[in-house]
Amino acid sequence: MNTKKYCAVVVGLGMLTLSACGSSGGASASDSKTVTLVSHDSWAVSKSVLADFEKQSGYKVHVLKDGDAGQAVNKAVLTKDNPQGDVFFGVDNTLLSRALDNGLFQSYEAKGSDRIKPQYRVDQDKHRVTPIDSGDICVNYDKAYFSKHRLTPPQSFDDLVKPEYKNLLVTENAATSSPGLGFLLGSAARYGDDGWQGYWKKLKANGVKVVDGWEQAYNEEFSGSAGGKKAKGDRPLVVSYASSPPAEVVYADPRPKTAPTGVSYGTCFRQIEYAGLLSNARNSKGGKAFIDFLVTKEFQEDMPLNMFVYPVIEGATVPKEFTEYGPAAKDPETMAPAKIAASRDQWVKSWTSLVLK
Amino acid sequence: MLLSLEDATVRFGGRAVLDAVGLDVAEHEVVCVLGPSGSGKSTLLRAVSGLQPLDAGRVLLDDRDQAGVPAHKRGVGLMFQDHQLFPQRDVAGNVAFGLRMHGASRSEQQERVRELLDLVGLPGAERRAVGALSGGEQQRVALARALAPRPRLLMLDEPLGQLDRSLRERLVVELRELFGRLGTTVLAVTHDQGEAFALADRVVVMRDGRIAQSGTPLEVWQRPADEFVARFLGFENVVEGTVAGEAADTPWGKVPVPEDAPQGTRGLLVRPAGVRLVPADEGLRCTVAARTFKATHVAVHLQPEDAPRLEAACALREAPEVGDLVGVEFDAAEIVVLG
Amino acid sequence: MDVTRTEVATRPSGARARRGNAARLGLLAVPVAFFALFFAWPVAAIVARGLRVDGVWRLGRIADVVTQSDIRHVLWFTTWQALASTALTLLVALPGAYVFARLDFPGRQVLRAVVTVPFVLPTVVVGTAFLALVGRGGLLDEVWGVRLDTTVWAILLAHVFFNYAVVVRTVGGLWAQLDPRQEEAARMLGASPLRAWRRVTLPALAPAVAAAALMVFLFTFTSFGVVQILGGPTFSTLEVEIYRQTSEIFDLSTAAVLTIVQFVAVGAILAVHAWTVRRRESALRLVDASVTARRPRGAGQWALLAGVLATVAVLLLLPLAVLVQRSLDAPDFRYYRALTGDAGDTFLVPPIDAIGNSLQYALAATAIAVVIGALAAAALARRDAGRLVRGFDALLMLPLGVSAVTVGFGFLIALDKPPLDLRQSWILVPLAQALVGVPFVVRTMLPVLRAVDARLREAAAVLGASPWRVWREVDLPLVRRALLVAAGFAFAVSLGEFGATVFIARPDNPTLPVAVARLLGRPGDLNYGQAMALSTILMVVCAVALLVLERLRTDRTGEF
Repeated sequence: MNTKKYCAVVVGLGMLTLSACGSSGGASASDSKTVTLVSHDSWAVSKSVLADFEKQSGYKVHVLKDGDAGQAVNKAVLTKDNPQGDVFFGVDNTLLSRALDNGLFQSYEAKGSDRIKPQYRVDQDKHRVTPIDSGDICVNYDKAYFSKHRLTPPQSFDDLVKPEYKNLLVTENAATSSPGLGFLLGSAARYGDDGWQGYWKKLKANGVKVVDGWEQAYNEEFSGSAGGKKAKGDRPLVVSYASSPPAEVVYADPRPKTAPTGVSYGTCFRQIEYAGLLSNARNSKGGKAFIDFLVTKEFQEDMPLNMFVYPVIEGATVPKEFTEYGPAAKDPETMAPAKIAASRDQWVKSWTSLVLK
Repeated sequence: MLLSLEDATVRFGGRAVLDAVGLDVAEHEVVCVLGPSGSGKSTLLRAVSGLQPLDAGRVLLDDRDQAGVPAHKRGVGLMFQDHQLFPQRDVAGNVAFGLRMHGASRSEQQERVRELLDLVGLPGAERRAVGALSGGEQQRVALARALAPRPRLLMLDEPLGQLDRSLRERLVVELRELFGRLGTTVLAVTHDQGEAFALADRVVVMRDGRIAQSGTPLEVWQRPADEFVARFLGFENVVEGTVAGEAADTPWGKVPVPEDAPQGTRGLLVRPAGVRLVPADEGLRCTVAARTFKATHVAVHLQPEDAPRLEAACALREAPEVGDLVGVEFDAAEIVVLG
Repeated sequence: MDVTRTEVATRPSGARARRGNAARLGLLAVPVAFFALFFAWPVAAIVARGLRVDGVWRLGRIADVVTQSDIRHVLWFTTWQALASTALTLLVALPGAYVFARLDFPGRQVLRAVVTVPFVLPTVVVGTAFLALVGRGGLLDEVWGVRLDTTVWAILLAHVFFNYAVVVRTVGGLWAQLDPRQEEAARMLGASPLRAWRRVTLPALAPAVAAAALMVFLFTFTSFGVVQILGGPTFSTLEVEIYRQTSEIFDLSTAAVLTIVQFVAVGAILAVHAWTVRRRESALRLVDASVTARRPRGAGQWALLAGVLATVAVLLLLPLAVLVQRSLDAPDFRYYRALTGDAGDTFLVPPIDAIGNSLQYALAATAIAVVIGALAAAALARRDAGRLVRGFDALLMLPLGVSAVTVGFGFLIALDKPPLDLRQSWILVPLAQALVGVPFVVRTMLPVLRAVDARLREAAAVLGASPWRVWREVDLPLVRRALLVAAGFAFAVSLGEFGATVFIARPDNPTLPVAVARLLGRPGDLNYGQAMALSTILMVVCAVALLVLERLRTDRTGEF
């Protein structure tokens, strides 16, 4: 009676077997000829550049994009005993302590790391991470709005609390968004441990709007971006990146002569992204070669137009779209990773109750 | 024996729905189980078909114990009271279902379906949707479906229960003929005595999960085993009396009984035909309480003084009017002393 | 009517019940194994990671977390907005369920498929589209100067938008098959139309309404994308908070506590639901759905039809239309043509490939969900199912109540060792999607399976059909429509599933929603336009898939 009934069971078990087989059939990361890079969704490189590396090193690169920057770090930390790859790229200075404290990386000093500009170097005694790129989190402004209203765009943190900019700024939740956190850290760097809360009180009184993520702030609320224009965004000031104006040009078809947005350079916070060799990496030799590749001139010069970030090594040429539409900030706010590690969680908590509640 | 039940018992929560039932059905025999609602007759069919496991006792088919044999392997057919035709299949799909289950080839199926539809009087109905059939047609399709796999035993649950009277009477005759022609062994259950008597070689009367009487329709009709059977067969004139010799003492006074009647305190059945009307000053004095026209005769309901009512069968022309005073005498040949 | 017959149909003897239960447990083995392996274990692992320090459970954290005022605020908001959303959805969608089930009008099938589209769209797309309706510069803003974004109304309306189809499909599916003569009988007994509906149809529909309400409540209670996009940072549901704590703040112990809280809450809801359904369920007289629909008659029915169509147009079609309009807001379909190009930086493959990936994943997920769900439903359908078996019914729903980020992170740490190192296997995506699909399959099939007359099965058995054959020959044809609806739901849910997929989809094989999110996450007009174009394609793919199902269902699929 029951024999036929269990046909169904067999079918179901077949599914499970199939799923189990799927793992061995998938791209094999333990292959010594393959280097697996774990990164965030923004990872991008020109095909030709990557092909050069594969040809020269003999390794095949397998990329695992694992969510946004925060998620990718968190997932890497969760899986550190049995990592999904060999190299991790994309932990920035705001989250560096989380990676280091959890023992995510093993020591490796990249060949060519002497070319890295000194101000970007960290963890010099252990060399667990190598700086790869930098970017500036800055307020962007909608040029059309300010010319139409015959208003000078704000240039500094101080400007943002002035009455003429009331109800113009939209920023991101510092608890959930990387630029949001960067902007908070920038204000803390600017006004100090005791002063930033007072600054935010004024900012709140001046009508700052807080949304959850960058996409929403930039593509919905901001009046200067392509997406925001469509969505009829009505905030001419947004916390974004210094490299956002070039993106507005590069991704517009046809390209405009000038960028529709500008950067308030006095509001910038410098973000630095690092790469490191994962603890328990299966192919650590290949991983090391790949980190070496990340600081080559070829990769560093390819990076800007792919990931909209700036190189960190001396002598790398920045593409003309960047120099033209979105040069890096000359004097951004910075903060030592150790300081960020010590204060981040507490600041975010205070900021949340101060601004959101 | 094709089918034997030995002490078959089924309990639902402590109550025995089948209580140690023993029953044999021989090959080619048509047996009809007759009983009121709740007497356990449907459970009997379910137990034989394997849909209802026994709590005690055995079901044997061809002398083989059927314990552990699931319904689909018993090779018996069951026609449900309300047909239970598969709504998503057409007539042919329904009739051929059992054949398919038994692995018949497509051409065999077609052949057999045509044969059976001819047999049940629905030639050419293969493609009709079952939802569009009348009650009688559904009945025929259900019968064809049950017959199709040539079950060794065909069971019918209230086979004609939902049909109108004339159709029922016609179908009973058809079924009887059909079963005779095919030599089918049949176990049917019904609550309708007319149906049972018309259909069966042997009638089994059930009461509260037990068999009350078993015999040919004539035997059961003529000699109901007890008061329950007598009343179930529709007899009203049943009283208790004390039999002594060739007469019994009853509330209706002295009533003659057949010669070799058992003695002592017994149930007494007086068939309506055994109640003779005489002038009011003779016999038992009764008032006519009601008259019911019964096509061949008139049933006259009589109310004696200080005694239960009596039913008498009168010729059409002789029936008294309601309110008339009449006398009653009894005919020993129409009186049964119950067991 | 023979009294014993109803008894024998419902009351088996002890031995039979035991044997039946053994067989059912056998059937249940696969779903149980599936859920243990791909749900219970990963979730337990991630909770343990949060609450176990050096091998010691820190259960004191639970009290710490739930007494925090902001967490209590989250709990309260989660609950009341879910209740309000459910009530509103039922109010708006029940007339729709009636109209789609019982009224015959041109374009009914197409519209039925169309109203299901929102349900399967990724929240990120819906949020964007919905903002265009109630947000700044949206229709309400232009016409009346009313803006609802960052108010709770936007959330509630979007929840109605999302869940309209749940009610229409779950309730309407049964409604279409209810025998109208039952209501007619009540009318003949002197009941007014409303009374007849209330006394006859409503009780028959009650299990389906309860099931639909439960679904909507679950979806809104665990709402994530909608709340995040439309509510702004001030409104936070448990699900959003779990996401923030896990993914952003990386406070795994708080996340673990919240996961447990949500788990308990959802478990309680499911238990109550199982109890109500059990009390109300009765064998229904089902008829072919195609014979119950009539052309509208009388002013009342025409008004109802018009009202429902207007609601659908304003609430469901308008946001979708905005989406299409934005995707076409460039000459010569430029956004669409850009999809086929090698975008290089954002994708390892052209975005258009995401369509193929999505379809493959969704098909695999549907296959898994249908097999697992059908086995479970077959085992659960019997009226004499034991308590243990019934309990599993509720358990199957739990994945709907657990945060996708919890499951996604759970997969990462639980399925990391051979032979089950699935972290980089393609099957992980369909598995995660099937987890969400199975409850749909079970929920859709169970009411219909339970309504199948047990004696039809017996008739087949006596004719020589083994239990497996009985299921195939009797149950399956009767529930084929339910199965198709279930498969359609599972397919559509898989297509639109975002939360778990975004955690586990391989970058070289992005699904449509993941691709949309990635495009939205980058600045520039072309990226934004491509996101809208992909969303439109996703919408069309869903609509076509659902339309095919609608067609399939009317085919005569008899054996002969």
